[in-house]
Amino acid sequence: MPTVSVKRDLLFQALGKKYTDEEFDELCFEFGLELDEITSEKDIISREQGDVRAAGASDVVLYKIDVPANRYDLLCLEGLVRGLQVFKQKIEAPYYRRVGATDGKPQRFIITQETAVLRPHAVAAVLRNITFTQERYDSFIELQEKLHQNICRKRSLVAIGTHDLDTISGPFTYTAKAPDDICFKPLNQKEESTATELMRLYKNDSHLRHYLHIIEDEPHYPIIYDSNGVVLSMPPIINGDHSKISLKTKNVFIECTATDLTKAKIVLDMMVTMFSEYCAKPFTVEEVEVVCPDGSTCLYPDLAYRKELISGDTINQKVGIKESAESLARLLTRMCLKAEVTGKADEIEVEIPPTRSDVIHACDIMEDAAMAYGFNNIARTKPKTYTIANQLPLNKLSELLRLELAAAGFTEALTFALCSQEDIADKLGKKISDSRAVHISNPKTAEFQVARTTLLPGLLKTLAANRKLPLPLKLFEISDVVLKDDTTDVGARNNRRLCAVFYNKIPGFEVIHGLLDRVMQLLDVKPSRDQGYYIQAASDSIFFPGRCAEIISHGKSVGCLGVLHPDVINRFELTMPCSALDLDIEPFL
Amino acid sequence: MADAGLAESVLERLEKLDCGVDSQDVASVLSVDHQAIVGAVKSLQSLGELISAEQRSSKHWELTAEGKEIVEQGSHEARVFNAIPTEGLSQTDLMVESIEDTVQDKLVQVQKGLTGKLDEKEKNELKKRKLLSEVTVKSYWLTKGPSFSTTVTKQETDLTAEMIASGTWRDKKFKPYNFEALGVPPECGHLHPLMKVRTQFRQIFLEMGFTEMPTNNFIESSFWNFDSLFQPQQHPARDQHDTFFLSDPAVAKDFPMDYLERVKKVHSEGGYGSQGYKYDWKLEEAQKNLLRTHTTAVSARMLYKLAQQGKFTPVKYFSIDRVFRNETLDATHLAEFHQIEGVVADYGLTLGDLMGVLHQFFTKLGITKLRFKPAYNPYTEPSMEVFSYHEGLKKWVEVGNSGVFRPEMLLPMGIPEGVSVIAWGLSLERPTMIKYGINNIRELVGHKVNLQMVYDSPICRLDS
Repeated sequence: MPTVSVKRDLLFQALGKKYTDEEFDELCFEFGLELDEITSEKDIISREQGDVRAAGASDVVLYKIDVPANRYDLLCLEGLVRGLQVFKQKIEAPYYRRVGATDGKPQRFIITQETAVLRPHAVAAVLRNITFTQERYDSFIELQEKLHQNICRKRSLVAIGTHDLDTISGPFTYTAKAPDDICFKPLNQKEESTATELMRLYKNDSHLRHYLHIIEDEPHYPIIYDSNGVVLSMPPIINGDHSKISLKTKNVFIECTATDLTKAKIVLDMMVTMFSEYCAKPFTVEEVEVVCPDGSTCLYPDLAYRKELISGDTINQKVGIKESAESLARLLTRMCLKAEVTGKADEIEVEIPPTRSDVIHACDIMEDAAMAYGFNNIARTKPKTYTIANQLPLNKLSELLRLELAAAGFTEALTFALCSQEDIADKLGKKISDSRAVHISNPKTAEFQVARTTLLPGLLKTLAANRKLPLPLKLFEISDVVLKDDTTDVGARNNRRLCAVFYNKIPGFEVIHGLLDRVMQLLDVKPSRDQGYYIQAASDSIFFPGRCAEIISHGKSVGCLGVLHPDVINRFELTMPCSALDLDIEPFL
Repeated sequence: MADAGLAESVLERLEKLDCGVDSQDVASVLSVDHQAIVGAVKSLQSLGELISAEQRSSKHWELTAEGKEIVEQGSHEARVFNAIPTEGLSQTDLMVESIEDTVQDKLVQVQKGLTGKLDEKEKNELKKRKLLSEVTVKSYWLTKGPSFSTTVTKQETDLTAEMIASGTWRDKKFKPYNFEALGVPPECGHLHPLMKVRTQFRQIFLEMGFTEMPTNNFIESSFWNFDSLFQPQQHPARDQHDTFFLSDPAVAKDFPMDYLERVKKVHSEGGYGSQGYKYDWKLEEAQKNLLRTHTTAVSARMLYKLAQQGKFTPVKYFSIDRVFRNETLDATHLAEFHQIEGVVADYGLTLGDLMGVLHQFFTKLGITKLRFKPAYNPYTEPSMEVFSYHEGLKKWVEVGNSGVFRPEMLLPMGIPEGVSVIAWGLSLERPTMIKYGINNIRELVGHKVNLQMVYDSPICRLDS
């Protein structure tokens, strides 16, 4: 969930009301936000770098507010205030308009064929006669960053570039060139560099290095020029220094390049709807003509309003309330979804503004009605659904066996399903290539290389962590291991196993054997060669030679037991003899 | 028990005295070793209030081995003197005709027990010469107890089968038990606290008529884990940083193709009244195998199965099982945890019904004060975070997540329009950590747990 940091006093000033922390927290809760933290720059620096560094830092109170991941319209102070003011019925939601250029000739943004394989889409818009203050400017920069981190998926889907339009002249060309053929002075640098040099330079940049991989290995890099060959930006990495915006900038050119056009349109709409508030004609945005490689043209920003029809009855039935269509329309209007009754039965016409890209279905409208009504004002009812409960037979068996194993003197362990290759192979004297283990492609550490194929390593590691406890240690676990299996759709299946260990000064084979006999007794399987179970000598690298037996039940091998091999004991950092039982319980269902 | 005869002798000795006596004196009178008297005193003490014995310590002087030699043979000086033959007397010797061996005399006094005749300076002098040593003796000052008697009735430690058979228990006195001590812990096995809590949650769902889902499939395809839930392919949860993907077996196969086509369409183009996400949906993304990130993948499979059965019947499902996240680990987050999930599917279920079911469910956990916060989840709409009022912390804390499954998820499956599916989920670890007062999740789950904690953990009743 994205967190937006706003200055409290600025927020209250914009809301036209001072709240106590509790009151504001309550308002957030109702609106689906969360006042996560109340802090200040000074607090943050002092916590991260110590009091000395924090001295002199601002102690202006900051509210850190968690915003739902699909509400991009609430990612800056402007949007938050607008949303809350409409919710509190202090203002009406503004209408955002795309307008033509004053001279009738829109800025043109030309996409060339070269971008097709890399980042084929681009959209653009102009904010005309905008007035920045330090706070507005900071918020403008911050919103780009929030959008980059969230909907833009760290610039991989969409990258935003903003420019002082008065320093450049259209038409603009979005193309792609070999890194060595690109040369410009990037934002906040003194020298011109080639793209190749820049990529090397940014390897050590704590911020930019995270985006390099998006284009690094490509033969061509995306690049935007103005009509004089001035570089606007090299998306998605860096803008040019020439066109950088400042507090004095009056006309802002915004371009978004993307691999996903839908998201690019949303991002551009968010940027312009949020900050057109500060234009000479508020909430108007000047259009830009984008020319695609095939010659087709589109005008941006999209700023599309969509209308949906929904019946009041549908909303009432889904939410569990009984409101009139008029009242529901009023509730929706408070959520920036301008709604009116059409007069046809209880039909409501809802207008979805460009800021509410999260509303894609009638159920989203229904939710907004419920939010405005107040979730906690809805009567809590008991559904009449009549059903009979059933346990999953495998879990029922596991539950019953667990109790019996504890009654037999064994203590339940709970170990991880993921482990290292070493745990299930090398340490047990086996080769990983011989195992049926599923392998994880992106583990952050060796602890998560594979899913376990046996419960034994987990139990042995539990023993190792508890060597100081009095002997004997008797442990068991009934849980799933994972085995590759071609017969399932995913190529693997779980297998429910029972594993037990006895750790003492003596090996105690008879103890673990006795446990097997007890388990079989509980499962009503008699000791018998033909119609029950028996054990027979076997060999396995886990066990000491001559001290290992296979368990055969109704003619099928269902597990093994034995005294652990001293090498295995050593590899798990244990010092005493140990015997173990490993049994597949699925055949006993 | 020490020699009963000796104990009785002590009692007899004590009977004759009005005040009390030191156990050392008793030993010297009875001519037995003091340790034997101490044994007798201790056994008398265990018989109740026959005698009272107050421990005290006294110091006395004893001869060292060298001191004893001097008593027998005279001091070293005297022995030198005596060794000189009469004939060999020199002139100077005339001055001393006889000697007085004062060292020997003093040591004899000590041996006789008349240490008092020597002053401190003399004793210390002899101590320095290592002829005397000071010894501390622990003894008892004995007096008659409230129930003094000269006869000893032997107290039995415990009832025996023989006594019951012969009836001799009627005439016996029994030693009192020490009720202050703890008993002997029974030899037994123990259940893991997290599993005890799991059992309780299972019980609650069963009491509420919910059927358990088969969640024994840790490996899932991206299709069932994400796509079927209308979670777009560019969603951050599908990032390598959040989810464990598999390299072997890397991809899943055998998808229900007509359903897969409907899923593809609703993502990329919309439909069922939805705008969709309008992106290029790729089969390769859906095929990627992973360790399931939530048990909702199983709920999706179950709902799809339900839709295939022809006539729709209402269902209530639950599961409690492991899920996996490739997350940064800390004191409350591990790469795997247990998810508790409940699902109800029926015609006409409302948001009010969801809150009502949650109220019933949490009441069974002993949580009655609930409120709901609007939230976002890609596959539910509305989505609600469940908060309960924590009396200890005096604030509202999040206890779970809930919502109504989106039509874009249900309709492509073939679930009839008009059927609502409400669902909620929470982790098993968090309530367990609160219940058992554990702050670090590693102390609860995994091989690093302290088994003593498992041994000592109480039974789990969630509502008390």
